[in-house]
Amino acid sequence: MRWTVAITAAVFAAASAFASDPGDVGQIKTVRGTVHVERGAQRLAATPGMNIRQSDSLVTGADGAVGVTFLDNSLLSLGPGSTLAIDRYTFDSTTHAGQFDASLKKGTLAVVSGRMVKQSPDAMRVRTPSSVMGVRGTEFAVKVD
Amino acid sequence: MRAAHAGALAALTVLLGCQSAPPDLVVVLPGANGHTGTVVVERGSQRTVLDKPYASSASGSGSPAPAQLSEQEVRKTFGATLATMPERPAFFLLYFITGTDVLTDQSKGELGRMLAELKRRQAPDILVIGHTDRVGQDDQNDRLSLQRAERVKADLVSQGLPADRIRAAGRGEREPLVPTADGVDEPRNRRVEINVR
Repeated sequence: MRWTVAITAAVFAAASAFASDPGDVGQIKTVRGTVHVERGAQRLAATPGMNIRQSDSLVTGADGAVGVTFLDNSLLSLGPGSTLAIDRYTFDSTTHAGQFDASLKKGTLAVVSGRMVKQSPDAMRVRTPSSVMGVRGTEFAVKVD
Repeated sequence: MRAAHAGALAALTVLLGCQSAPPDLVVVLPGANGHTGTVVVERGSQRTVLDKPYASSASGSGSPAPAQLSEQEVRKTFGATLATMPERPAFFLLYFITGTDVLTDQSKGELGRMLAELKRRQAPDILVIGHTDRVGQDDQNDRLSLQRAERVKADLVSQGLPADRIRAAGRGEREPLVPTADGVDEPRNRRVEINVR
């Protein structure tokens, strides 16, 4: 059973990239108000179904909020007036090993940790300008004024 | 002299203001599955372990001890953020009549409930994986498992779900839910698994 679930997860992770770029690590699911994805010099209007890559930044306007699902089933959402950088995201869908580093520059962030944190308790780190959060399998929220 | 002094003081204040990081607040939430995990907050040499529902730590407080917030306080600060959290990934199983791509009566009912759940989601990613029991040849079972998955995909598409967001795959008899000897007619292995996120 455990084996079946692991294989299912592997197939699912592989499949979720089927219509997209291998560099995609997550997907925007919910968008309210003004939300942009900053990718290098590009500034893209966020829409549900849009893929997210490592090194992207998510930026919400004063009326904005956004929710994203990642390959390992990590979930996160940003409230109004927020900026979050996806500094690093790797995930091996077979072993569930990975690393998820994100930085909240300002605003509010909520997180539901995913499979990689179940596999390795130090896999996810969230930074703010003054703190580093190590995530040991949980749901939590962060605000930077 | 006095003016120069005030100017220097103002410059110093601006400088300190620039150097000090904006304050932050971290709070652990009760998990949806009833389990609350742990967040370890590090600020320089200060370390705070948060492992109870609504335990929090604020960078400006100067204390490493966790502070307990109320659910109301958390809702006030994070309500709009939490309201935008994507739906949790979900998993469904549907079962088939032996040797066919026809759902059991019970699973036909389950399909309806599943459809409601899938339609509620924005931009769903749906993966349908077909399986067989261990009766019959491997190559026949590979075909049957894919046929089951494609049949369920077609049902979902006919109910209005977008075909380009549904992927069907067949795994034959390789991944039995209930391990059996070859040739065993095990109903729980004649299934499709539907993953959505």
